[in-house]
Amino acid sequence: MSAAPPTAIVIGASAGAVQALSDLLPRLPADYPLPILIVVHVPAAPSGLTTLFSAKCAVAVVEPDDKEAIAPGTVYFAPPGYHLLVEHGLTVALSADEPVLFSRPSIDVLFESAADSLGAGVLAIVLTGANEDGSRGARAIEQAGGRVLVEEPSTAYAAAMPSAALARCSAARALSLDAIAEHLLSVGSR
Amino acid sequence: MDAAVNEAPAEPVEDIEIQLLLEALYLRYHYDFRHYARASIKRRLRQARDQLGFDTFSAMQEQLLHSDEMVGRLLDYLTVQVSEMFRDPSYFRALREKVLPHLRTYPSLKIWIAGCSHGEEVYSFAIMLLEEGLLDRTLIYATDINPEALEIARSGVYPLDRIALFTRNHQQAGGKTSLADYYTTAYGRAVFDKKLRAQVVFSDHSLVSDEVFTECQLVSCRNVMIYFDRPLQDRAVGLFRDSLTRRGFLGLGSKETLRFSSHVEAFTDFVREEKIYQRSER
Ligand SMILES: C[S@@+](CC[C@H](N)C(=O)[O-])C[C@H]1O[C@@H](n2cnc3c(N)ncnc32)[C@H](O)[C@@H]1O
Repeated sequence: MSAAPPTAIVIGASAGAVQALSDLLPRLPADYPLPILIVVHVPAAPSGLTTLFSAKCAVAVVEPDDKEAIAPGTVYFAPPGYHLLVEHGLTVALSADEPVLFSRPSIDVLFESAADSLGAGVLAIVLTGANEDGSRGARAIEQAGGRVLVEEPSTAYAAAMPSAALARCSAARALSLDAIAEHLLSVGSR
Repeated sequence: MDAAVNEAPAEPVEDIEIQLLLEALYLRYHYDFRHYARASIKRRLRQARDQLGFDTFSAMQEQLLHSDEMVGRLLDYLTVQVSEMFRDPSYFRALREKVLPHLRTYPSLKIWIAGCSHGEEVYSFAIMLLEEGLLDRTLIYATDINPEALEIARSGVYPLDRIALFTRNHQQAGGKTSLADYYTTAYGRAVFDKKLRAQVVFSDHSLVSDEVFTECQLVSCRNVMIYFDRPLQDRAVGLFRDSLTRRGFLGLGSKETLRFSSHVEAFTDFVREEKIYQRSER
């Protein structure tokens, strides 16, 4: 286990995302002390993710506006059609840049910006998905001293995305969703 | 080596290089990107570095200072030209249904589209105003800092494969006619009707360094200020405030807000969910 607790958690998920996130997010208590930024590949606006998860979760769930301050105990879903980036000073920066690997929002873009602005303070989680988005970004987080957890590909709804992340990140750990949930709770309880 | 140098909480070399590169761009060519939001500008600069075949930003900077042809290419990376006609159709629907009834009462209208990119937003306004019978008494100022983008905007020519999306958006935005009425096709491209830009003035204007140049009833500045840092956003909103007439309107991108602006007091929500604001009484 690394010594310092993370300052922020970033999560990427694609095919099968709703189910996987439904296993994780509702377990977090309302006073969860860390912010969680999430990119899910969704086809179009409105995504409905905030409505869906607000109803299931104790933590606050929002789709942020540009330059919104990132607060503890809050889940931020990337708005459809925008990349979600973390800016120095822990604020949200959105961008309408071209899609990356056909996706906007892109997991790589979120992860790489988090690596840049938070360095070792990032815990990244790559969940189910049928592409390879997130693997570059996870590698950047690892290189910046952050930690990477990956949903165990053999039990994931779609194995490609977690497998790609594992292939690029030598220190990443593959865990079941249950173990990931426990980990989230434990880093939040220090 | 001096130990003190080693122990200082060093700013990453890349960040220093980026700062120097932007400074060089400003000093040499007067394009000022020094206060753009760092996270996304860094991403695009890395893209430029890799695709233009440089190992470091310092090497790029050297080229930029000593040869003129780098600046245009760099500008294309630094200014994001992503747009579509009637982008966020509900925004245009709200303008049509809630803002135009107010603007209708003016004998003549001025509209400023700031950061107009390739002109998709400009033609969307022109078509909407034409459909509402307002185009011939409206003057549209369409501004941007990218000269190539302005040139494309002026030409009104778009790849044919974008038309399906534009058409869908136009319908969802409450379009009263068929989009096909406004363009002809040739060689795989759609050429928009000249009459749509008879009332448009395209010009080079930077929200970072230029001043207010007109008084207008409506400013539309969408997905431009997301690329600015907070103080720069304040500068731009200040320009909009100063150019808007009493009770004039300001429309922003769907995820942009005046909530964090130092000028928030100068505006009231008009259509909250579409980020359309109204200049308060002054
Ligand atoms: C993502 S496009 C937005 C296009 C359109 N408004 C829309 O929402 O679809 C951003 C535009 O802002 C322009 N821009 C960037 N910096 C600017 C500045 N300082 N002043 C004016 N325009 C700027 C870019 O050149 C680009 O055309």
